[in-house]
Amino acid sequence: MPQEKVIVSGLFKIFGPNPDRAFKLIDAGKEKDAIFKETGLTVGVQDAEFSINAGEIFVVMGLSGSGKSTLVRMLNRLIEPTAGTVLIDGEDVTAMAPNHLRELRRHSMSMVFQSFALMPHLTVVQNAAFGLEISGINKAERQKRALDALDQVGLKDWARSYPRELSGGMQQRVGLARALAQDPSIMLMDEAFSALDPLIRSEMQDELLKLQDQHERTVVFISHDLHEAMRIGDRIAIMEGGRIVQVGTPDDILNNPADRYVSSFFRGVDPTTVFSVGDVARKSQLTLRWHKGEGFPTAALEQMRQEDRDYAYVLNRHQKFLGVVSSDTLDEAIERNERNLDGALLDNIEPVSAETPLQEILSEVRKYECPVPVINDEGQYMGVISKRTFLRTLEHGAQ
Amino acid sequence: MLSSKAFDDYIIPLEQWIEGGVSWLVENFRPQFQAIKWPVEVTLNGIDSLLQMIPPILFLIVLGIIAWRAAGWKVALFGILTLTLVGFLGLWEDTMTTLAMVICAVVFCVIVGIPLGIYASRSNRFESMLRPVLDAMQTTPAFVYLVPVVMLFSIGTVAGVIATIIFAMPPIIRLTNLGIRQVQADVVEASEAFGATKSQILWKVQFPLALPTIMAGLNQTMMLSLSMVVIAALIGAGGLGVPVFEGLNSLRVGLAGIGGISIVLLAMVLDRITQALGTSKHLERNESS
Repeated sequence: MPQEKVIVSGLFKIFGPNPDRAFKLIDAGKEKDAIFKETGLTVGVQDAEFSINAGEIFVVMGLSGSGKSTLVRMLNRLIEPTAGTVLIDGEDVTAMAPNHLRELRRHSMSMVFQSFALMPHLTVVQNAAFGLEISGINKAERQKRALDALDQVGLKDWARSYPRELSGGMQQRVGLARALAQDPSIMLMDEAFSALDPLIRSEMQDELLKLQDQHERTVVFISHDLHEAMRIGDRIAIMEGGRIVQVGTPDDILNNPADRYVSSFFRGVDPTTVFSVGDVARKSQLTLRWHKGEGFPTAALEQMRQEDRDYAYVLNRHQKFLGVVSSDTLDEAIERNERNLDGALLDNIEPVSAETPLQEILSEVRKYECPVPVINDEGQYMGVISKRTFLRTLEHGAQ
Repeated sequence: MLSSKAFDDYIIPLEQWIEGGVSWLVENFRPQFQAIKWPVEVTLNGIDSLLQMIPPILFLIVLGIIAWRAAGWKVALFGILTLTLVGFLGLWEDTMTTLAMVICAVVFCVIVGIPLGIYASRSNRFESMLRPVLDAMQTTPAFVYLVPVVMLFSIGTVAGVIATIIFAMPPIIRLTNLGIRQVQADVVEASEAFGATKSQILWKVQFPLALPTIMAGLNQTMMLSLSMVVIAALIGAGGLGVPVFEGLNSLRVGLAGIGGISIVLLAMVLDRITQALGTSKHLERNESS
């Protein structure tokens, strides 16, 4: 039996004056929209009831407006609950005096934000040390712990930079380091990776999983992204209209969805709209380095024969994608006595951007004789999407 | 029909009320107002005698160093050259008195204005109460309150500084309030999430992030203080207002001219230095990225 770290019961948040009016309507079985129409009160979270085990990644998933951000802010009382209790290690957070609550926020729970929320006037290391400074830890100690946290997220060399000088993904690593420096037992991550582009996002997910391997923390992760929830969640809670409609492992939820809302995440939603090209691209193909050297088409053909490939993807030395050659076009180029690969590149093969939704490349997948090449913003080769990969994604999502 | 006689039947005796009110204040509270005057007087005399005492060469060197550290060598050079020119116009002592008045007025505007601005940023009710008061302070013609100021504080340089403080304080209050309110909500929320107290949020997050805006307020407060110099001379304040005022009275255009030029030059030097203070180094770097 795993140890229960956080126990939430009967938790409500109603925005607006005199929330009692809403409770009467909730008891009468009215829905969120009807209550708003009648009273002007917004039901943020309605009767949340769940527990989170120590050391697990607990994902709260839902569409925007489903109350997930409100829910997570009630765990550390950035938003004051209207009713209900939140027990953390057996202590009721909702009943804590302000100074006790501050101690909890300083030592046991830290938070990572969607907007990063870094202090623009502080350097990276000062940002990472921010929570420690608030707790009154002396300068030498907080410097050491902040650098240590930055080291964990691979940003030690940037300690003296300012946040604006970093990319989005790096800024969020600083946000992560700031949370880690506290050495909290609980981390609240509010859509922490949602503002990042898909490739960086999956990189950050890996980073989180890696950190979790080294040091098990209880992570409450808010997300609207099904793929992310399935990838990192030990258990997932699905929210709709302020209510938690199902809690379970990814498999549970996938195989036994509680209702049509839950199943719509998997069945009703076309998986090709959920995934982007970068999410499923694979580096399974042979790549060739372009250069001007003599006799290159012959060498390329020989390499392809050895690896038993019909196509090869040509890159420059900065990994930039240049085109695709096939064994046939190489044969012709050799007959024409050409000395580089330019003449052998297939016509009409345009690479697609990693951020494109999978659904938008259907015609390329159908049209191209070879797997569709995928590039990032800088034009670098990220892998390919073959017909087989495309179909497998469709099948997986439809299960 | 509304004739020109329509208002003859009754006139609100506000004029008499104001006169009565001010006389009542003067009769009953003069000692209290004199007590308010005391810290201003001590500060002003201290700064003024310091500035009059130090040799002009030393002053120019110190000014150059301050301007160089704050705004670079160009402003430092400009400051030294302009003030040397003012010295050769024969107005060095008046310039130092004016500078002392301006510094003194700004010091009191900061001491009173920044706390009021901070409080206004935290309370919407206080802000809405404060706003009409600030509007009145900025728009009431100075001549209107010169008379009660003289009645309460008598004439002289100190009374001039008090009138200057009233006129110059609104920008620093407004911009402190604005600067703090403009700090992004998410960094404030993040500070709360890490267990910061209200005063930690204020001093470690809101105030430093609002500082460029607050410094813009300081700059405006300083410029407004300078613009009161001539008016203050009307009630017996010393400084660069005096040659202007005398030139006006005796139609000596040249005298008024050199006084005016000196005020403008001093204003330009102070403006360049305080403007540069508002853009600290990391913020410059942010803008360029």
